[in-house]
Amino acid sequence: MTFEEIESKLKNYTVGIAGVGGLGSNCAVALARVGIGKLIISDFDVVNESNLNRQYFFRDQLGQKKVKSLKENIKRINAEINIICNDIKLNENNIVEIYKDCDVIVEAFDLAEMKKMLIETCLMELPEKPIVIGIGMAGFGNSNSIKCKQFENLYICGDEKSEVSDDNPPLAPRVGIVANMQANTVLEILLNKK
Amino acid sequence: MNITLNNRPESIDNDQITISELLVLKNFTFKMLVIKVNGKLVKKDAYSGFKINNGDDVTVLHLVSGG
Repeated sequence: MTFEEIESKLKNYTVGIAGVGGLGSNCAVALARVGIGKLIISDFDVVNESNLNRQYFFRDQLGQKKVKSLKENIKRINAEINIICNDIKLNENNIVEIYKDCDVIVEAFDLAEMKKMLIETCLMELPEKPIVIGIGMAGFGNSNSIKCKQFENLYICGDEKSEVSDDNPPLAPRVGIVANMQANTVLEILLNKK
Repeated sequence: MNITLNNRPESIDNDQITISELLVLKNFTFKMLVIKVNGKLVKKDAYSGFKINNGDDVTVLHLVSGG
């Protein structure tokens, strides 16, 4: 496929991104660069100093809502994309309504219990929907431990074990690898669609 | 019996096993899990009563924080 063919196919698709921290912001930017048609992004948080070690925000956006900041940044890369922002905390009651029309959902939360909540809600309410999940990316080095595995419509990107802690923080390189692996998996799903 | 566990064939000595027993047998000691059997979600409160049979396809995802 040429890039023109890829772009013309991708512009028909919608990707939902749940959380726009380290995984979600970088994944959204990668999808924007290749020309996805529509992104639905959700997050309740504001840009914080501690986010700048890995998240796609800038110093002059500190204190501003993440969804608004990410939309601004994406528009500077690709103004054609339709971006729907939800300044909201996702829960089992609003996920289905927000993401039911997406072709793929990207799970991009930081907390394990939020990941679990999203996966369980989608398995029950949207059982056919492809979900691309990020699990295990703390620390540095060991790039080859990061993999993508498929379990029916669930795709797991990450090393599945490196949990974030004070002594094992999330950092731009490994978080970026997983975020871009999630974006790459989204492309694989969408471009192989008949 | 033979089952599929996380996309791999797995032989188990019993004819039937509960999810709780499988987790002990396979050393899944983490608390934040998502489990699917034959494509359907099984919630935590059902682990001790849910029976896995020959031929079943079981997925156990272990969730850790970070993103």
